[in-house]
Amino acid sequence: MTTTTASAESGERTVRKNSPGAARGPRRTGRIKRIGLPYLLLLPALLLELLVHLVPMVIGIVMSFKELTQFYIRDWGTAPWSGLDNYQVSVDFDAPVGEALLHSFLVTIAFTLLSVGLCWLIGTAAAIYMQDTFRGRGLLRALFLVPYALPVYAAVITWVFMFQHDNGLVNHVLHDQLHLTDKPSFWLIGDNSFVALLTVSVWKGWPFAFLIVMAGLQNIPGELYEAAALDGAGLWQQIRRITLPSLRPVNQVLVLVLFLWTFNDFNTPYVLFGRTAPEAADLISVHIYQASFVTWNFGTGSAMSVLLLLFLLVVTGVYLLLTSRGRKTADV
Amino acid sequence: MAPPRSFLWSRRIFLTLLTGFVLLPVYVMVSSSLKPLADVSGKFRWLPSSLTIRPYIDIWSTVPLARYFVNSLIVAGAATVCSVVIAVFAAYAVSRYDFRGKRVFTVTVLSTQMFPGILFLLPLFLIYVNIGNSTGIALFGSRGGLILTYLTFSLPFSIWMLIGYFDSVPRDLDEAALVDGCGPLGALLRVVVPAAIPGIVAVAVYAFMTAWGEVLFASVMTNDTTRTLAVGLQGYSTLNNVYWNQIMAASLVVSVPVVAGFLLLQRYLVAGLTAGAVK
Repeated sequence: MTTTTASAESGERTVRKNSPGAARGPRRTGRIKRIGLPYLLLLPALLLELLVHLVPMVIGIVMSFKELTQFYIRDWGTAPWSGLDNYQVSVDFDAPVGEALLHSFLVTIAFTLLSVGLCWLIGTAAAIYMQDTFRGRGLLRALFLVPYALPVYAAVITWVFMFQHDNGLVNHVLHDQLHLTDKPSFWLIGDNSFVALLTVSVWKGWPFAFLIVMAGLQNIPGELYEAAALDGAGLWQQIRRITLPSLRPVNQVLVLVLFLWTFNDFNTPYVLFGRTAPEAADLISVHIYQASFVTWNFGTGSAMSVLLLLFLLVVTGVYLLLTSRGRKTADV
Repeated sequence: MAPPRSFLWSRRIFLTLLTGFVLLPVYVMVSSSLKPLADVSGKFRWLPSSLTIRPYIDIWSTVPLARYFVNSLIVAGAATVCSVVIAVFAAYAVSRYDFRGKRVFTVTVLSTQMFPGILFLLPLFLIYVNIGNSTGIALFGSRGGLILTYLTFSLPFSIWMLIGYFDSVPRDLDEAALVDGCGPLGALLRVVVPAAIPGIVAVAVYAFMTAWGEVLFASVMTNDTTRTLAVGLQGYSTLNNVYWNQIMAASLVVSVPVVAGFLLLQRYLVAGLTAGAVK
């Protein structure tokens, strides 16, 4: 490929030298090649996107209008149409299916907001505290990245062990050693499961915020701090007036990415609780998985997925609109 | 200027607490993997009653851990290599050329990144099953099918990061290469790629980690012979007993390569994130 293009170009050069008028022909083919090239480079990515994202999405939408139970899985095309039935079942909040979906949605929202907030807070604080050099900084930085680097299942399964009722570390510390509770608590069933899920999610997620904020801090020019120090601003004031505002564009991307990852997280609750999550920690991904692969109702599961997709599109759209407007006003 | 005392003290307290929080599960993993079964079945003990490496020997026979390891390695490795190569070409096209549909492409790629995996799981499951029924090509349950799905997890993120990274490589560099007689691909491979190595390594690390840690697709789309570590670790819980010491030993064994690799390459990851995601 490289050699053909190179020789075509050298050919073009020789032609042009001999007669300017004759240069048009080869030149045009050269340009066509250039125009075709980006598409050629994109082709593999496009094909894969089609195969694994776009086609499945279309099929998912079609599935949501079908009565797709386990009887039709072998040949889903033959499943009877059911119109909007799956959607009606999903959003009928007085009936069990819709009520459970709404509950799961609200739990997911609460969980996501708390988790993203805590991850951002811890990550930002750690990044700011570690901005200047001190002894052991390099070691700490490496340690802090360990939760991010550990494979999800290995890390979360360790938390499962720690949250065990009879032989877990958490109950041992809280009950046996600190005597904070009357009797050992259950962490992976009942209301406590929300706390357990949140703990694991924050433990796993904050290093990403730390990484991004650290990267963002490197882009703040040092003169800003020097000028502020000359004006008599203390360290805390510098953080509030310079560091945090300068991080705004970084934070806008970070919060959106954290939100989407946490909201869509399946791995953490699945390893923590298994195929059926306790009611208090029933995240939407696991809920849809359960509706589809445990109760074998793929039609309803698809309708729920489409609803989730619409919600995420709206939230992301509104967020991008708000933040870009915010940035514009800040620039003025 | 020396930081004020209040800052130093709050930093000490904060960083100490945070280190404890981060390291607690790591300590549990390491210490429990060296305990006899009785220690992990009864009340939690901070220290083993007797040190044993027995769990590290038993993990290989309780479940076929070696096979799961190889499966994970093949799937994650193949997904990483393909994902990086495809993303390099796509990102180069977007970064260096103006063409029709460029915006549509980038927006599509970016938006697939925000959809939950569960959305693709149901249709892909049915597509794979139906392809298998009608053509006999076993995508469902095969490593190839899993590689295909993993590829696209990391692909949108890789393309996005690399566009940012390639944009930060001065155009003059590859234009000079073009003038010197390189073709566009020559300019990409000889000039842009070498200059963007930190970004490419970052993307590769990310792709490998995502594939190595993925649970959802692995739990639905694998069978006994193609099972990856993510699903295989559940085999240590039997009806009679949960071999927590073996689970912890196995978790440690499957974590060490990834964590070591990550810590070695983290410099690149930070550099890659700075150029790709932050700017």
